[in-house]
Amino acid sequence: MKVYPYIIEFLQIAIFLGIAPAFTGWVRMLKCWTQGRTSAGLFQPYRDIMKLFSKDVILADNASWIFRFTPYLIFGTAVLAGGIVPMLSIDLPITSTADVIVLVALFAIARFFTALAGMDIGTAFGGMGSSREMTIASLAEPAMLMAIFTVSLASKSTSLSQMVHVIYSGQSVLRPSLVFALLAFILIALAETGRIPVDNPATHLELTMIHEAMILEYSGRHLALIEWANMMKLFLFTALGIATFFPWGIAASGDIGFIPAALLIMMLKLGIAGAGLVLLETGLAKMRIFRLTEFLGSAFLLATLGMLSYFILE
Amino acid sequence: MNIIVSSVLLLFLSALLAPLFKSRQRLLINASFLLAAIASLLGAAGGIWVVGAGITSKLILPVGLPDLPFHLRLDPLAGFFITVICLLSLFVSLYSIGYVKGYLGKRPVTSLVVFYGLFLAGMLMVVLADDALFFLVSWEVMAAASYFLVMFEDELIENRRAAFLYMIVAHVGAIAILLSFGIMAGLTTGFESFSGYTFDAMRQAEFPLQWATAAFLLAFFGFAAKAGVVPLHVWLPEAHPVAPSNVSALMSGVMLKTAIYGIVRVSFDLLGGFPWWWGAIVLIFGLISAVMGVLYALMQHDLKRLLAYHSVENIGIILIGIGLSMIFTSYNMPLLAALALIAGLYHTMNHALFKGLLFMGAGAVLHATHERNMEEMGGLIHRMPWTAALFLVGCVSISALPPFNGFVSEWLTFQAFLLSPALPGPLLKLLIPLGAALLALTGALAAACFVKAFGVTFLGHWRGSRNPRVQEAGPTMRLGMILAALMCLFLGILPTAIIEWMDILTEQLVGDKIGTTAGAFGWMWLTPIASERASYSGSTVFLGILAVVAVVYLLLHVKPSAIHRVPIWDCGFAKINQRMQYNAASFSMPIRRIFGFLFNIKEQVKLTPRGVHPAFPMRLNYYLRIRDRFWGWLYKPVVETSFRLSRRVGRLQQGRIQAYLIYSFITIIVLLVFSR
Repeated sequence: MKVYPYIIEFLQIAIFLGIAPAFTGWVRMLKCWTQGRTSAGLFQPYRDIMKLFSKDVILADNASWIFRFTPYLIFGTAVLAGGIVPMLSIDLPITSTADVIVLVALFAIARFFTALAGMDIGTAFGGMGSSREMTIASLAEPAMLMAIFTVSLASKSTSLSQMVHVIYSGQSVLRPSLVFALLAFILIALAETGRIPVDNPATHLELTMIHEAMILEYSGRHLALIEWANMMKLFLFTALGIATFFPWGIAASGDIGFIPAALLIMMLKLGIAGAGLVLLETGLAKMRIFRLTEFLGSAFLLATLGMLSYFILE
Repeated sequence: MNIIVSSVLLLFLSALLAPLFKSRQRLLINASFLLAAIASLLGAAGGIWVVGAGITSKLILPVGLPDLPFHLRLDPLAGFFITVICLLSLFVSLYSIGYVKGYLGKRPVTSLVVFYGLFLAGMLMVVLADDALFFLVSWEVMAAASYFLVMFEDELIENRRAAFLYMIVAHVGAIAILLSFGIMAGLTTGFESFSGYTFDAMRQAEFPLQWATAAFLLAFFGFAAKAGVVPLHVWLPEAHPVAPSNVSALMSGVMLKTAIYGIVRVSFDLLGGFPWWWGAIVLIFGLISAVMGVLYALMQHDLKRLLAYHSVENIGIILIGIGLSMIFTSYNMPLLAALALIAGLYHTMNHALFKGLLFMGAGAVLHATHERNMEEMGGLIHRMPWTAALFLVGCVSISALPPFNGFVSEWLTFQAFLLSPALPGPLLKLLIPLGAALLALTGALAAACFVKAFGVTFLGHWRGSRNPRVQEAGPTMRLGMILAALMCLFLGILPTAIIEWMDILTEQLVGDKIGTTAGAFGWMWLTPIASERASYSGSTVFLGILAVVAVVYLLLHVKPSAIHRVPIWDCGFAKINQRMQYNAASFSMPIRRIFGFLFNIKEQVKLTPRGVHPAFPMRLNYYLRIRDRFWGWLYKPVVETSFRLSRRVGRLQQGRIQAYLIYSFITIIVLLVFSR
């Protein structure tokens, strides 16, 4: 039994837990700069989380166990998902536990319980957020799977490490099907992580909020866990995009010597991806919720085009 | 074989003895449902053993019509369906002991007990039957018994209408099945004798393609009517909600599965050697049912009706697996066919368990609140904690979320879809993956629907105007639900064990089996084709999430910290009340707008303004009606035509005996002229 892959696995999860808030901080910082504001710095998310952990929990009178259990579950699924996506090395022991369909389902289970928690207290906001979130998710999920299927057609596998391995060892030319899949993936990632133009993570305006509406009643360590898990989700989608479409620089074998270089390259790629996200968010305005069908519909169309071009061109 | 037959006999016995205990209702309920549970346990054990050992045994009963004895055959396919039926009926029978007592003092339950036994026995006989005659007799026993069960509370006009509709659709379907068997039986002997009515004769016969197609299409139509495939589903959301909840659980959970059994039996076993487009038909109807079923379910606010529409959806998912398997079989790809068939059959078992669980949960809610309308419920998680938790297990399972069982079969179906590019022909290659997108849409919409169902029923505040005294379900009801929930978890985290057990089915029907074990700790990983292709380990996902949750929880509770309970924050306005919550109609509003073109929606808002200004209305009436489009498209024309025809025919009827004698006379003359 090889030991190194297990060490790398633990290392990856630890780095993932540690860096995720910094990535969010980086995105916020760049956003402040592009909008001409002074930023709170790269490490503000850490301070926020620490502050929330040290506070007491305030619960509504009729909050049930679902409300209290949900933050832990969201955190748990996020950590597990972080162990599955190949970030530093392709050779990870947990990846065979779950393929990319399971990964999508892990996000779905977190969403399911968040939506339930939104309805638990019985305020209008919570229900509104849950309803909108589930609507968007039901449109985003087919597009997401189509995008993933296009990649898995090329790699003849749905196992993440196998997919990354095939793309990694193939020619470095982007295939047309993958370009379409990438475009679709970017649109879906914006929707799934609740960024502009689908949702605005910074707003608490009742008419526009979606994800924030569901977690409005949370406080203390529960909120800290949810916020942290959310940062991990943003990080994870970025890392997933990088791993499936631009895997160059990832450690191909389970040798620990490659890890520092892989880590450095990953951080560089994340920095660029974060800058791209900020440019998108600054350039776009939030959409009306009923315009989202067009947005997600075009994501679906792009993914389908990718699949067609795979059959026709490749 | 003996063990199954004795289980059927026990069920008949319970039905026969029931009228004797008419005067002692409480004893009757305890004894008969316990007997049914024992019979189910026997049947389940027998079924598991038959599939595990892979044996086939036959029995000929010299009853029935002269020279046409009843043939019985127990093979692994039958054993599998017997296991599914008996597992759920075991749980439901235990549950019924508590549930049916809710009727004590309100109405006699003897008829419920009698037909419950007959219904279960009928389903088992359908699966055991090995000739067309016995099959149809059992099919009718099952249909008639379930008709009386739907009619149980017959003072309500709604129930009588639902039962009538059910009876009509069941019989239209039965006629199609009869014709299909007629074609097959006739062709085996060249329309010479009756001996072709056994399934054995049909199995050995070679059918010309056009006749085989006719037989298949008729059988598919007949079974689809029973299974509730769109557009033949309209009876299902009417009949299932009005039946007593234990019966709805069985009807939705397993009665629909006998139709799936019929489709598999006729296409794979009796006919065999089909062209690819048979599979495509099954696949397309499966996809339509899945998407339409879940969309209609989202629009419901009656909890049991919502669940009934979800049965339409899940039957669709099962048919997707079977259709794909037929397509793969016709191109001679046994491994992929085995994968798709396993996906379909696994979902058959899963759906039986979680839909049974959900109907039992809905029944417990109905039992406690006497309410089916979700808009009048809310906050039940505080008053019925057990039911809420168990219902949640059902919701998570049916929404195809790991680590529960619904996810496993959906994952297998996705894998089957992803392997379809191996098919020859560009059209199939291109179109079949689009089906995967529809399946993904179905899964996501199902999750939305169950957030709504659970959230509106169990979470928030009580929405209703009445305030009934709600009590938790009794011990036997809870036991039935707990067992079903545990089975859902078991099938979710140890799929390899079940699939190994089921391998014999695919080996017999399509000639290959999917490998499940690979490498060390093989039982943990589900690797249908190869480990590079895809793998899933439900147990690791389950344990992984559990471990992280436990560690985080413990870490955060090292230091004791207070939890303050406070009233809801009302944003500083006047008192917040329960009418401000989201309800079922408002939850599904965005989806209603997006997919509105599929429904027949009538929405009206009526403002009653105060005198001063229209911006300050006194009251607001909101009216929403959503109808199944298929009523207008398909059924109304048929109903109107049949009424018009019957009025025409009615003119023959004049009430004078002379006229009738002339009719008979003419008929005889005509017959003599033509059949000399």
